[in-house]
Amino acid sequence: MGSVVSCFRRLCVEEKKKEEERLLRANDRQFNLSYHYVNNAIRTSKYNIFTFLPLNLFEQFRRLANAYFLFLFFLQLIPQVSSLSWYTTAVPLVLVLSITAVKDATDDINRHKSDNQVNNRKVEVLIDGELRKEKWMNVQVGDIIRLENNQFVTADLLLLSSSEPLNLVYVETAELDGETNLKVKQALTVTGEMGDNIDELAAFDGEVRCEPPNNRLDKFKGTLTLKEQTYALDNDKVLLRGCTLRNTEWCFGLVIFGGPDTKLMQNSGKTTFKRTSIDHLMNVLVLCIFGFLAFMCSVMAIGNAIWEAREGSVFLAFLPYEAGVNATLSSFLSFWSYIIVLNTVVPISLYVSVEIIRLGNSFFIDWDRKMYYPKNDTPAQARTTTLNEELGQIKYIFSDKTGTLTQNIMTFNKCSINGQAYGDLYDFSGQRVEITEKTQKVDFSRNPLADPKFVFHDHSLQETMKEGNPEAEAFFRLLALCHTVMSEEKKEGELYYQAQSPDEGALVTAARNFGFVFRSRTPETITVMEMGRQVVYELVAVLDFNNVRKRMSVIVRSPQGKITLFCKGADTIIYERLHPSCDKLKKVTTGHLNEYAGDGLRTLVLAYKNLDEGYLEEWRQRHHEASTAMEGREERLDQLYEEIEKDMVLLGASAVEDKLQDGVPQTIEQLAKADIKIWVLTGDKQETAENIGYSCNMLREEMKDIFIVAANTAEGVKEELQNARRKMCPEGAEEPVVMRSRAGLFWLKKTETVQDEKVDGEYGLVINGHSLAFGLEKDLELELLRTACMCQTVICCRVTPLQKAQVVELVKKYKQAITLAIGDGANDVSMIKAAHIGVGISGQEGMQAVLSSDFSFAQFRYLQRLLLVHGRWSYLRMCKFLCYFFYKNFTFTFVHFWYAFFCGFSAQTVYDEWFITLYNLVYTSLPVLGLSIFDQDVNDRWSFQYPQLYSPGQQNMYFSKRAFVRCMMHSCYSSLILFFIPWAAMHDTVRDDGKDIADYQSFALLAQTCLLIVVNMQLCLDTHYWTAINQFFVWGSLAAYFAITFTMYSNGMFLIFTSAFPFIGTARNSLNQPNVWLTIFLTTLLCILPVVAFRFIFIQLRPTINDKVRHKVGKEALPAPAPRRPARRISTRRSGYAFSHSQGYGDLVTSRKFLLKRPLKRQVLFTQTDSPLAQNKPQHYRTIREEVEESQSL
Amino acid sequence: MMASSYNAKDEDGHITVSGPGGATLRSKKPENTAFKQQRLPAWQPILTAGTVLPAFFIIGLIFIPIGIGLYVTSNNIKEFEIDYTGVDMSSPCFNCSQNYSWNSTKPCTCTIPFHLDQPYESNVFMYYGLSNFYQNHRRYVKSRDDSQLNGAAGSLTEPSKECEPYAYHESKPIAPCGAIANSMFNDTLELFYNDPNGTKIQIPLNKTGIAWFTDKHVKFRNPGGNNPNLTAVFQGTTKPVNWRRPVYELDTDPENNGFINEDFIVWMRTAALPTFRKLYRIIHRKNSMVPTLPRGNYTLEVVYNYPVRSFEGSKRVILSTISWMGGKNPFLGIAYITVGSVCFFLGVVLLIIHHKYGNRNNNADISN
Repeated sequence: MGSVVSCFRRLCVEEKKKEEERLLRANDRQFNLSYHYVNNAIRTSKYNIFTFLPLNLFEQFRRLANAYFLFLFFLQLIPQVSSLSWYTTAVPLVLVLSITAVKDATDDINRHKSDNQVNNRKVEVLIDGELRKEKWMNVQVGDIIRLENNQFVTADLLLLSSSEPLNLVYVETAELDGETNLKVKQALTVTGEMGDNIDELAAFDGEVRCEPPNNRLDKFKGTLTLKEQTYALDNDKVLLRGCTLRNTEWCFGLVIFGGPDTKLMQNSGKTTFKRTSIDHLMNVLVLCIFGFLAFMCSVMAIGNAIWEAREGSVFLAFLPYEAGVNATLSSFLSFWSYIIVLNTVVPISLYVSVEIIRLGNSFFIDWDRKMYYPKNDTPAQARTTTLNEELGQIKYIFSDKTGTLTQNIMTFNKCSINGQAYGDLYDFSGQRVEITEKTQKVDFSRNPLADPKFVFHDHSLQETMKEGNPEAEAFFRLLALCHTVMSEEKKEGELYYQAQSPDEGALVTAARNFGFVFRSRTPETITVMEMGRQVVYELVAVLDFNNVRKRMSVIVRSPQGKITLFCKGADTIIYERLHPSCDKLKKVTTGHLNEYAGDGLRTLVLAYKNLDEGYLEEWRQRHHEASTAMEGREERLDQLYEEIEKDMVLLGASAVEDKLQDGVPQTIEQLAKADIKIWVLTGDKQETAENIGYSCNMLREEMKDIFIVAANTAEGVKEELQNARRKMCPEGAEEPVVMRSRAGLFWLKKTETVQDEKVDGEYGLVINGHSLAFGLEKDLELELLRTACMCQTVICCRVTPLQKAQVVELVKKYKQAITLAIGDGANDVSMIKAAHIGVGISGQEGMQAVLSSDFSFAQFRYLQRLLLVHGRWSYLRMCKFLCYFFYKNFTFTFVHFWYAFFCGFSAQTVYDEWFITLYNLVYTSLPVLGLSIFDQDVNDRWSFQYPQLYSPGQQNMYFSKRAFVRCMMHSCYSSLILFFIPWAAMHDTVRDDGKDIADYQSFALLAQTCLLIVVNMQLCLDTHYWTAINQFFVWGSLAAYFAITFTMYSNGMFLIFTSAFPFIGTARNSLNQPNVWLTIFLTTLLCILPVVAFRFIFIQLRPTINDKVRHKVGKEALPAPAPRRPARRISTRRSGYAFSHSQGYGDLVTSRKFLLKRPLKRQVLFTQTDSPLAQNKPQHYRTIREEVEESQSL
Repeated sequence: MMASSYNAKDEDGHITVSGPGGATLRSKKPENTAFKQQRLPAWQPILTAGTVLPAFFIIGLIFIPIGIGLYVTSNNIKEFEIDYTGVDMSSPCFNCSQNYSWNSTKPCTCTIPFHLDQPYESNVFMYYGLSNFYQNHRRYVKSRDDSQLNGAAGSLTEPSKECEPYAYHESKPIAPCGAIANSMFNDTLELFYNDPNGTKIQIPLNKTGIAWFTDKHVKFRNPGGNNPNLTAVFQGTTKPVNWRRPVYELDTDPENNGFINEDFIVWMRTAALPTFRKLYRIIHRKNSMVPTLPRGNYTLEVVYNYPVRSFEGSKRVILSTISWMGGKNPFLGIAYITVGSVCFFLGVVLLIIHHKYGNRNNNADISN
């Protein structure tokens, strides 16, 4: 019945797809019902209690391996073919199926629970003229519902009215797109007038005509028809499910889309399923194995035909054919019989074991304390549990900058005022002292308005301020006045700044703490507390920032009537406009600026100029004219600004640190040593990105050259890229060396691989967004890729989210290398999804990146642990597992192959059927799991000490087709030993009491015991890290084998299940024979010794990096980590005006509109939670225009 | 400049998170257990010259003596083998092998004289050997009914399907059913000592104690409980097609008749390989002074029933003494000596390799 329902549902969905337009009428359920819109119930679960079994089984049998085993099972039911009892396949199959089914069931129960919880949430619905509490799932399209503050939006609603003025509603869209800032929605005036008048709302009968359900979050098109008037509807009037209502007492909305039709649901469930390269390889290998199996069976069938002709036909007196069978048919049947006997080459437990291993390694990532970030209380999280081993093969990392490499926190670090540098600490001998957590901080408690989170260490500046140094006062006055920051003061003395760029926030906060508190502004005035005294300045003009000017100025009039122009900007720009009298000071300040730049700080130069009233009046006049001019307004204004901003007096310079996250340079250094290439893809502008490149050690002074590609035409880009490449590699070929090959299942997928080119020396490449756009075009992409891949470091600036994904795709396409993308914001999502592995930094910019990532943690530096330790181990373990697993199964199977030559190719098994059943599931499963969950070649600290250990993974050294073939040869050898040594030893032999021991059952027991001991010994040889658990598993498995064998071969079992356990007494009678044990011992040694000898020779002759390090581990203690020298760059490369990314918003500051739009009770943008952890977070300046910027970059 | 002194170990410091009321919040910090942090104490063996080389030498030193011991033991075992298939015209059994029929009522007998060069001191075991006989063929191996052989009444009258086509004969159930039972070896072998004084002394051959204890007492049981009247018990069943006598007439001794007849049990324990030998009789040593089989001339009298020439098989009789390691099989001894020597040799080779190249590894600096 359930399936009928689901079929019906599917049909409904089909119908909905055809829906071209949605028409609905408010408060008219009858009318709306005629369109069969779905109600607001959602269902993310896959099964119900009736459909679970059939559907789940169906899903499971869609897997190749499971279907294969089902096929085998049916094959075994044919008596003529069945060479093994049905249970040899059925038991493992049922076990595997039920483990998976239990896992699926628990997942689905959880989904049911969350569905129920969501569906049963209550909301107030307007029914029959009154508000009633209804469950979410009963809400219908066309209903009017009332939402209250902090409630989740029930369905996709058309906003009708709200409690706020102008019918505004504030929503948080974190769950939808990950952005934590509030967004404003506004209702139509005509509906807003209804307010919360229930009668009017109940009588509301507007008709909405809109687009059918879709997944576009940022678009909505429709019309509202009310009293024969038509109003246009857009995204601003729609509240989407998944948002939360904030700062709004109540609002009313009309349900447009419900349940599965909502944009939230339409967007979910479309995660692309990522598979690792080992997965692909494994699939290919399994197919190869199928082919090999068919080949072996054909050999057996031919052998059988020959045998039947030569021996079988004359042996008929003792062994007649079964009814209806002749020699030809017999060889055909033996083909299928051998399919059954040799089926163990395709190991049923392979996939299950692989999943278990990955799960185990994922848990280790979740549990790692060294990837736990205490400040946010965030542990690392493996969100996808199927990709671990790929972490050990990363070749390229694509990183976001803001929030990933940097904390997105700016701190005012140093300043130079009138030639005097502040911010550094020196000891008695004049040596610079490093500032640590313990260094004493400047105490700002005297200033009641100071920001308690502001930290400064140099007390001399405080002293200077106390002395009343006029330059210092002017310096901070400038910082308090010349900016476009908005302030909010909820309570007296509790100031919050909202800055356009975090730099500005930092500067204004610095001024605030040193006694020049920017308090509030109106379009005409700025109120500042100057050393405890309130001063109101008149704001005459704001000469705004833009990319060309690289400076901003304000002109203010003090209460005394003094008119001053304050200007801050990029050093080069300001220096050109200084009064010649400042030359001396300029020189000193330049020295400081170089020093700051060398530390990777963002610098600004501050200057001022006093103006006289008359000139200003005249200038204002002209300014007014210019700003109202119809033609050439920009140029004219620029000219005016240029005119007034000259002959300024230098005040000093400020240095703001774009705080890197802890440990970023070290991490990058480590990853570089591991031969991982890091590309930074950032939306920042070039100077900022370059600057960060230096400060986080990606661009280094010792690099031979750093190419900057910033051309504006395709030809230009091509030329610059080619020049760079020729410089790096003069003898390099003009045409790229492309390796074409086929890969994947059935070799259908064509791949092109661009070979790496040798370059001596390190180079860096910086490319801006424009050039990148050209570079990513079809004809230039190879050029870009070749040049970029020759460089150690690549920085792309001004990159859009789409381009980020394109860059990742480009490398994926031509390099066949494993890529990792790491980022924290919504703009990184595309890249995270495109890369093989996506890592999300949790914490700062919402959860969007984390939600679409495969792994998440709080700090960039954990990446090195994730890759160099967890990734490396996972890869190592997976490869060891696969090698060993194939080895043990091949060895097991090949013995049958050899035996066939002695049993007339009759598909007689060498081992007891129970042994065949239990071999993979019981006897060998735990030891190999122990190996592949706990093994480490060297521990984490040595892994960090030698990042080169990572490179074998990048080159696929541990497991590849070659390794697989090697593995097969090895099993071939082992199986030969395992068959022929017992064969020779048992041939014509008797027991020590003269009785039979060369019988089939004793031989089977001997062969299987040898096999089990050999594979366990091989495991021991492969295990590098012997924990107690490993020991327990290995010895436990052997003990279990003997215990189970003795039990199964006991009298009791035989008497109860006579036909199932015919091996009665074999164990007792044969394992007490000395020559049996001597044979076992000989076999084991013959299998193991050559391996030991080979490995030893390889270690001696061609030691790998692992061997070397392991040798060192055995010999020496871990060297203490070298103390890091503070990275200090002596450079003339100076950061430019690292200020903000876009046009300033001086216009907004001076316009009334802006201030009015911000209701006073609006919550500030700092996340305010009750958690004390959140309180510990440093203050964090958000850009006000985030939304605008987002849409620009998109 | 905080970043400059970053050390991963700092992260592991203990930071207690306390709430506003001083209560400690439950943090999501993972537990610090050796298991979860993957710091389980472990032994990390590596293949170094110090462990590998001695191992090879020691194995060599242990294996060679063992091998010599085994070889000597095996060589001390006396074994005598006669092929009586009768392929050769000159062979005494040639005639019998030619006119063979399963159902011939007249037994064909042949006499084979042979000479033992050495006296056989201890118990002597007499085996019959068949070659090219595929007792390990899948269809053959499974063609039996263990429940029937275990005395289950139901299986006696309704043999398992596995026995087909030897489950029913003339619509009567066959007991014992199946191809294995049907093809039971039925030659009779007798041994005579030709005393130098001319008399022919029959050597007593013991026909019990040749099967495994577990087979005789657990796996095989006659139906009908302890009913001594086997004829009655097997009422309603028929003998296997190729047999001359029904199963309850295999022997006169009730402890060795029916399914628990030891010749039958030995036959039913199918061989692993197409050439095999099975214990036929035991010649017990009578007293310590006289050898069991003194040196001299013997005669083997064969009642030739079992056809093997049709499938190019052969029949043998083997007389053998045994030792603590079973019958004569020089393989293990030779193998141990060989492996031991190879180990020793390999040890020397590895030592040379290590001496010449090994230092490269030890002193090699890992480019950092």
